[in-house]
Amino acid sequence: MIRPGKMLKEVLETIFKKPATVNYPHDKSGMPDHFRGAIKFIPQNCIGCKLCVKDCPANAITINKVGDKQFECIIDMGKCIYCGQCVDSCMKKALEITKEFELAQLDREKLKVTFHAVPAPATPPKDDLKPKA
Amino acid sequence: MIAAFFNLLIFPGFLFLAIFGLAAEYIDRIIYARLQNRMGPPWFQPLADLIKLIAKEDVIPCEANPRMFKMMPILALTAAVTASFYIPLWGERALFSFNGDLVVVLYLLTIPTLTFFLGGWYSTSLFSKIGAMRAITQLFAYEVPLFICILAPALLANTWSLSEMAAFYAAHPFYWTFNLIGFGVALIAMLGKLEKVPFDIPEAETEIVAGTFTEYSGKLLGFFKLAIDVEAVVGASLLAAVFLPFGYGIGSYLGFVIYVAKVLFIICLLALSRTIFARLRIDQMMEFCWKYVAPLAFVQLVIDLALKGVLIR
Amino acid sequence: MHKVIIPIGPQHPALKEPESFRIQLSGERITGFSVKLGYNHRGIEKACEERTYLQDVYLTERICGICSHAHSTAFTQAVEEIAALAVPKRALYIRTLIGELERIHSHLLWLGVAGHEIGFDTLLMYTWRDREVVMDILATTTGNRVNYGINTIGGVRRDISLAQVKDILKAVDILEERTKYYIDISTKETTMIKRLSGVGVLSHKDAVRLGAVGPTGRASGVDRDVRRDDPYAAYGELDFNVITDDHCDVYGRAVVRLKELMESYRLIRQILKNMPEGPIAVKAPRKIPAGEAVSRYEAPRGEDVHYVKSNGTDKPERVKVRAPTLANVQTVAKMLEDGQLADLPIVIAAIDPCFSCTDRLISIKDTKSKKTNILMWDDLHSYSVKWYRDKGIDFTKLNRKLQGKMS
Repeated sequence: MIRPGKMLKEVLETIFKKPATVNYPHDKSGMPDHFRGAIKFIPQNCIGCKLCVKDCPANAITINKVGDKQFECIIDMGKCIYCGQCVDSCMKKALEITKEFELAQLDREKLKVTFHAVPAPATPPKDDLKPKA
Repeated sequence: MIAAFFNLLIFPGFLFLAIFGLAAEYIDRIIYARLQNRMGPPWFQPLADLIKLIAKEDVIPCEANPRMFKMMPILALTAAVTASFYIPLWGERALFSFNGDLVVVLYLLTIPTLTFFLGGWYSTSLFSKIGAMRAITQLFAYEVPLFICILAPALLANTWSLSEMAAFYAAHPFYWTFNLIGFGVALIAMLGKLEKVPFDIPEAETEIVAGTFTEYSGKLLGFFKLAIDVEAVVGASLLAAVFLPFGYGIGSYLGFVIYVAKVLFIICLLALSRTIFARLRIDQMMEFCWKYVAPLAFVQLVIDLALKGVLIR
Repeated sequence: MHKVIIPIGPQHPALKEPESFRIQLSGERITGFSVKLGYNHRGIEKACEERTYLQDVYLTERICGICSHAHSTAFTQAVEEIAALAVPKRALYIRTLIGELERIHSHLLWLGVAGHEIGFDTLLMYTWRDREVVMDILATTTGNRVNYGINTIGGVRRDISLAQVKDILKAVDILEERTKYYIDISTKETTMIKRLSGVGVLSHKDAVRLGAVGPTGRASGVDRDVRRDDPYAAYGELDFNVITDDHCDVYGRAVVRLKELMESYRLIRQILKNMPEGPIAVKAPRKIPAGEAVSRYEAPRGEDVHYVKSNGTDKPERVKVRAPTLANVQTVAKMLEDGQLADLPIVIAAIDPCFSCTDRLISIKDTKSKKTNILMWDDLHSYSVKWYRDKGIDFTKLNRKLQGKMS
């Protein structure tokens, strides 16, 4: 039967329900495991084969040799399409996916994240993922 | 003299209506959001929107008639505020009243729609012109049922003054229940007057951008938005005074609370009906109003005429 | 009555993408209609030739935002056919699963957009809220809400665990119940039916003549579905119905899409039940032997065609994409004949247009000399400068000012 106001019951029931949206910057709904967010570089594992550079669809990765068996990585988060192919391509697990997705910047230069090589194996890797504003 | 200015500008005049209008807009938006399972805006959102608009630059199209273009929002606001002076809000007496003020209020409430038409027409944009044409076409569909269904209770009360009507219904406490059909008709007409779904045809966003308001910006758009908010409150007050005439003469504080409750109840009903319908086409709207709403208004008129014969000796 | 021509687009609230429609109006009635494509040309086909096959998988995925899996699968299938790769069964099943999940999210999105176009925002909010269920499933199984990146040449990149299977089945139950509710709403709510039925009529004859594909065609009784007619991935082993309808209007298109949703739920249950064990990918060579292949895929919007030509290197020689909207866009003019301005947004939305996928090439056809020439970027730039100068608009000063600010 055709009748107007078919949704009336549903909308009246909804008013007592918890809203489906969240107050975004204050509350955040988390990302699932295995979410493909920003890419992280682990310098200790890198052997400089540059397979990731070759396979990156967006040409977002640069790997520079800075010393004997020491490599630094520059990832342009503005170019990165977060496909995670570099992580698949890397044989030594030197690249890793993080859940980080709030990466907006006002300055394009700040989107370029440099992961410095570790001089001595004792110091922990410097995480430059969140650039200083 | 000072008291008159206080009444005009502050209470219950412009300032009170503006604040109440913005509050009503917030209530409308939050109810609409909650019915759609959303968070909705924070309480200051309508005020923030207004401040933002007022702070912005007014852009007037080269081909528009600047005088008419600027005058329309102010005229709309003035008309809506003026109408409130003749409506009994929380006492039996309105601020001003004379025999025949009912007709004046109805005409004052028509002026905002006319300014939408003229504003859209004089801004010369294609979208505005189509919106203006639709606004005036729609006016003919809902205005007649609205007039008839508001005149019907007046016939029963045997007066053309809103204040005297309020006094009549206060003296006969349960007579307002006879006018419930008219209340429904008036709510439908208010949807058309305030251009809300399903009758938001003149500003149908996906078809003609914003209709009349396409070329308006800055202060002028802010005034228009405020005028619509005030019109919503004044229209709801009119409906409350005519169709829900109870709660008078129990002290001004309690009376005020009941008045606010009545207006917000009507605002909630309007918000609910804009949640559960899709927008109609202009031809479907005309058909609906003349086929179903206008006859219902006439039924209300006949009921009141018959009752007048039976009840008033 | 005075006739006016109003521009709908390139920027207009009814359209989410930049396309231009010029509507000739007589009152509220549409008397003329013309469409102009090409505002969103991104040169993806050419870019494919510059990248390796592996990189192209991600590039083709970005042809469309909504049917991204459709494009990447169509491309991968073509490459696999040229390289004669035997893709594992499990990989095919996972591809099919993601394809059906994508169809669900696309159709629910369409229903919401349709609601918005007819001013029924509550429907938009509800369908998009429920669409989050399938989006969450996609995010957990593939790692992203859109542009899933599940395909790779020779298989898929991520396996599906038992816990995920349970989650998907639970989500499908919720979605099925909600879809039944939406079917109820769409076939019973008076204002909605008033806006949908009898609007944008496309007769069966016209649908065949203009080559309508997907739900647009099926709502006019064109019984065509690549999933059944030319089975790819795992569709050959699954049992499903092709939904057709003879309403021939927007209402019919809505019904077809809603019923297809119900079929998708059935398909997903079958896929999860029948999914074989085994590897999820075979190793693909970087260099693909010379050859060519055409691959078809039933995207949520209709048939999607990819053509790939390889020359023995690690980069394709030519990639050609025919997105479903290109096949459907011609029908809009037919549907709008004698229509009303108020019906325009819903009629355009009813083909579920995706104009960015459609824009492929800019070529200028001279009607007098019958010559075709292709504009390069510099030509386009100088053409635009000249076009604005002819209209009396000069941007030189503004440009200088902006450049001054930059330096």
